[in-house]
Amino acid sequence: MSAFIVKFKNIKWKRYTNYIGISLVLLVFTVLTLADSLPQSTLFLLEKIGISIILSISLGLVVGFLGELSLGHAGFMCIGAYIGGKTAELLSDVGVEGIFALLISVVVGALTAAVFGFIVGLPALRLKGDYLAIVTLAFCEIVKTAFENSSKESFGGPMGLRTPRFDKHYLFIIIFSFILVCLAVMQNLIRSKHGRAITAIRDNEIAARATGINVTKYKLLAFIISAAFAGVAGVMYSFANSTVAASAFDYNYSIEILVMVVLGGMGNITGGIISATVITFLNVKLTTMLTGDNAVLKDLVYALILVLIVIYNNAPALKYVRERYNIRALTDKIFKKRSDVSYDTDDEGKWDRVPTKIKMDELLSVDVVVRESVIDPDKEGKE
Amino acid sequence: MCEYVLKTEGLGISFGGLRAVDGVELRVRKKQIYGLIGPNGAGKTTVFNMLTGVYQPTRGTFYLDGEELKGLSQDKINQKGIARTFQNIRLFNNMTVVRNVMVGFHNLPKYKCSFIDSIFRTKRHRDTERAMRARAKEILSIFGLLDERNLLAYNLPYGKQRKLEIARALATNPKLLLLDEPAAGMNPQETSELMETIRFVRDKFDMTILLIEHDMSLVAGICDELTVLNFGQTLACGETSEVLKDPEVVKAYLGD
Repeated sequence: MSAFIVKFKNIKWKRYTNYIGISLVLLVFTVLTLADSLPQSTLFLLEKIGISIILSISLGLVVGFLGELSLGHAGFMCIGAYIGGKTAELLSDVGVEGIFALLISVVVGALTAAVFGFIVGLPALRLKGDYLAIVTLAFCEIVKTAFENSSKESFGGPMGLRTPRFDKHYLFIIIFSFILVCLAVMQNLIRSKHGRAITAIRDNEIAARATGINVTKYKLLAFIISAAFAGVAGVMYSFANSTVAASAFDYNYSIEILVMVVLGGMGNITGGIISATVITFLNVKLTTMLTGDNAVLKDLVYALILVLIVIYNNAPALKYVRERYNIRALTDKIFKKRSDVSYDTDDEGKWDRVPTKIKMDELLSVDVVVRESVIDPDKEGKE
Repeated sequence: MCEYVLKTEGLGISFGGLRAVDGVELRVRKKQIYGLIGPNGAGKTTVFNMLTGVYQPTRGTFYLDGEELKGLSQDKINQKGIARTFQNIRLFNNMTVVRNVMVGFHNLPKYKCSFIDSIFRTKRHRDTERAMRARAKEILSIFGLLDERNLLAYNLPYGKQRKLEIARALATNPKLLLLDEPAAGMNPQETSELMETIRFVRDKFDMTILLIEHDMSLVAGICDELTVLNFGQTLACGETSEVLKDPEVVKAYLGD
């Protein structure tokens, strides 16, 4: 028994913050749903937030840990949504419905998105910086246009694909379960030697090559995993909505996902989850609150809030406030004892604290996407 | 067993019409500290870049332990056993010191662990991680970096960053270590410390070292043999003391 307690005390809780947080949310809302006390709008909000979190975590791998800028995440999501929706439709024709149909659709959708991740990634990841951003951006537009112009029988054309309904009350439970899966894959990957290789590429590609890391392979790996989870999010989207319209997966949506990642902090999964929640919440609330003529104000208010958050995060004058009142300080306070006593901090504990490589303000100014200077091939290895 | 750890035959590269390096013949024996010196722009780093696969040589070839490595990619060459450091330090700045070294273990068969193992955190994953960490700590303690192991690499002072770079290169378990101006930007005391470190590395790891250096005190102090490059061509080679007395070499460095 005492051995068990010692073991329990030695658990590095910080590692599991994300799992515990998501599980708690899942638990609370499941209980509330079972008690039938949640309005439809809240469930809808939860579904949206869940999808955003998956997107934010998956793009976080490419932007935050691999350090490449991808502006085509909505494209992979779009593929997942259409293929997943179509699979579910075909399955319902042969009489498979409910959770089985959903799981099969998720697998098919994720795999298709991953294949496209591979196809796009193979040539694109040999490009550097801005060029990759442009290629992925173009990819997103191509996917969108292709689905918009598909025939009515295949993917519904411009009217969108009608997807089979799923029991709306319990969809968010499945979405949140997939967040847990996604989290597990991402965190375990980042903490492994493969994750180290990916972060090494971000920090210094030339040195990573010289240390024997197959840069193309690991870039592709990160890109494929990221695309696969975007596909999962897409399938979830198709189940949460009764129609999938390609016009939803436009450039702006990719940027919105990027904003979630950047606002949460590069290479910070917890931050990505929080910012995905906040941004989606804001978006949905603003859409429902500002109706009629006021609807035009939505983008303005949304932009203002984003600007305020950026200022709060960066203004030197607010440094004191920031250091005093933030989540990190709060968690540190809670975990203080544990991190002092016999807690060898040289474990992976610091992996999510890496400072940003890409500057937030650079990314948020959408038309001027600046990256760390492109390496001159003539100077490689010397400078 | 081959007599030479590194052997180059007429190694050369042209960028367009410019023959940057031409006909370089290096013969580096095991456990030797071999110096590659020359005035600025002589092509020393270019030689390093060819040996590590950054550039593909357009003429000639090179062998490591008798195995031809010309044409391989950078990561393959590293796996075959050539590790290097850079003239301007290139660390994984946003990773901790210990993780910097652990990246070096990436390809060692001893720490093989598949992607699936990592995702599911199998026993194998945990065991290899533990073994890697322990080994990384060993290497860090050799270089006196153990206390700084949890710092982010860019927070280290300059001299320690140099050491960490060498430690990371050694972590890949190379047969040949290439050091590109290890003493650049160091004061005399740091330089003499570095000389000790390099000698120590050779003895402790049975390492063969090829280094580029401008600091003549360091070169004269630790190099067993030298090759002098000038305008991409070999000016002189042989025992250090003799080469440094060579009137051609003195002329290249000091002018007429």
